[in-house]
Amino acid sequence: MTSNDDDKTYWLDDPKAPELIWRVLVGVCVLLTLADLFYEKHTHFAFEGWFGFYGFYGFFACVGLVVAAKYMRTLIMRDEDYYDDE
Amino acid sequence: MMTSSLAPALPLVVGALLTPIFRKRWVRSAYLMLLTLASLANMWALPDGSSGEIALFSYTLTTIEVDRLSRIFGTIFHIAAFLNILYSFHVKDTLQQICGPMYAGAAIGAAFAGDLITLFVWWELTAIASVFLIWARRTNRSYRAGMRYLIVQVASGVLLLAGAILYSRDTGTIAFEHMTLGSLATWLIFLAFGIKCAFPFFHNWLQDAYPEATVTGTVWLSAFTTKLAIYALARGFAGTDILIPIGATMAAFPIFFAVIENDLRRVLAYSLNNQLGFMVVGIGVGTELAINGTAAHAFCHILYKALLFMSMGAVLYRTGTVKGSELGGLYKSMPWTTIFCCVGAASISAFPLFSGFVSKSLIQSATAENHHTIVWLILLFASAGVFHHSGIKIPFFAFFAHDSGKRCKEAPPNMLLAMGITATLCIGLGCYPAPLYALLPYAVDYAPYTTSHVITQLQVLLFSALAFGFLQRTGIYPPELRSTNLDTDVVYRHWLPTLWRHGSAVLSRTRATIVGAALAVIERLIQEIARHHGPQGLMARTWATGSLVFLGIIVMAAYLVLYLIL
Repeated sequence: MTSNDDDKTYWLDDPKAPELIWRVLVGVCVLLTLADLFYEKHTHFAFEGWFGFYGFYGFFACVGLVVAAKYMRTLIMRDEDYYDDE
Repeated sequence: MMTSSLAPALPLVVGALLTPIFRKRWVRSAYLMLLTLASLANMWALPDGSSGEIALFSYTLTTIEVDRLSRIFGTIFHIAAFLNILYSFHVKDTLQQICGPMYAGAAIGAAFAGDLITLFVWWELTAIASVFLIWARRTNRSYRAGMRYLIVQVASGVLLLAGAILYSRDTGTIAFEHMTLGSLATWLIFLAFGIKCAFPFFHNWLQDAYPEATVTGTVWLSAFTTKLAIYALARGFAGTDILIPIGATMAAFPIFFAVIENDLRRVLAYSLNNQLGFMVVGIGVGTELAINGTAAHAFCHILYKALLFMSMGAVLYRTGTVKGSELGGLYKSMPWTTIFCCVGAASISAFPLFSGFVSKSLIQSATAENHHTIVWLILLFASAGVFHHSGIKIPFFAFFAHDSGKRCKEAPPNMLLAMGITATLCIGLGCYPAPLYALLPYAVDYAPYTTSHVITQLQVLLFSALAFGFLQRTGIYPPELRSTNLDTDVVYRHWLPTLWRHGSAVLSRTRATIVGAALAVIERLIQEIARHHGPQGLMARTWATGSLVFLGIIVMAAYLVLYLIL
């Protein structure tokens, strides 16, 4: 790449961009949840048929995952050079 | 169509050894690419069934056994080898140029092994050829990681050989066929496969070694070893119930480590482990749909995993690091690599129109059809999690997030071409899975693109993205930190060596005490002997003749007195 790259402005550097992405994401999620009303779900398990099951499960699975992993750090995190004396 | 009888491993294994006769780098790579295509043609020209029998003592080795399962793994191994050679086109290292294709050849040989001894030979060659891709980094750190990797891989081979010997004693055959767990022999073979497949507690060699290999070496490593183990399990232990909980555990636990890991190639190694979990569950369920799912997922997985490792390799090649804490904003310098990485991320996350979607859903459906409710829920959790850490975290921290200020060149053209072809394959398979389904071991009656499936999958994925955004915005999301996270390798990298050091210190102190006490006793003994028998000692004194005569007279006088009295 050439040096005048740094002069280029990028849309993502605009502070409004992340906000816009976030709003679009929230909007899409709402639409996807509402979509549950308009088609017949093929299910193997009864709970799959609950309204918005997949969305809630995905959301809470990820929040749980990250919070658990964060607390795991207190247990298993060490210095970067922990093994260097081996 | 012409038929062939040449062992499918030989073109690459023997051909790789001839690489050094070409002096120019591009001639070597071109030769290796043509060799891979010739090897693929040879493999497809092999007739179904067994051939290549070799008599060894009282046994007959079946070096070539062709069926649909071996063919699909052989095919994807060839594709991976070809893409890897292209990706490594710029590398000027004879060692890596020989070992990469030889490693691929060994894996292909193992996928067509008709008996356990042939399997063992190729199994060990994959270990030996691949370790040089780690050592080729030529640092002390990679030397040690390679040594640990080699010990684990060779141990797996030794267990396989021991199991094969016991198996032939029990059953009178060495044929590599479906086995039932029960005897020591089958358990040993199962364990050998399990180590190479990175079962929980045996997994850590993978995350330990892969990120320590060279830029191109890690891409080679990601394709063959573990998928060979998946193939071996699918052939030997399909429908073995215990594989279902093992696979579910594998799918779930590595993602916790992936969330907090800083080395992005190590994050990918954890997510590789998680994807293997899906395949192992498929093997455990063992129905035609499930085995198809495992084979299809292995096929897609090799491509998107290679693509992700390629993009992180390009970042490492250009910036010298793949630590999340030091990267960010690279989309400005490496736009193409960013796009290819995102394709890999979408594929591993199983977005509709990307390859993971058409393969993972076969396994997910198979668990549902067999009413494994909890396993199904764990796999759904793992699907959300894999999007979270591989789909979002990898591209986000490398290419977006906070601009690290790093400015570098875009990846070299050969890397971009390799990534471009791989990305095209990922999208192609996702949009048009029919050719993949036609390769699967059993007839496929499955439609991935139903309204229900597409919408539910999008719900899981986009709500996972929502969770990521929510956690970032609230500051709950843990930052990337320079750190080492302990995994099971702490046992043999820290605890046992520490125990050994302390234990040997205690032992040597105890020994010193005992030896000191014994020496003191001996010293005292010598002193006492010297006191009595030394020059001045009572027992060593010289006596005058007169005193002896005097003593004799006393004795005789005493005798006389006693005689007279009694």
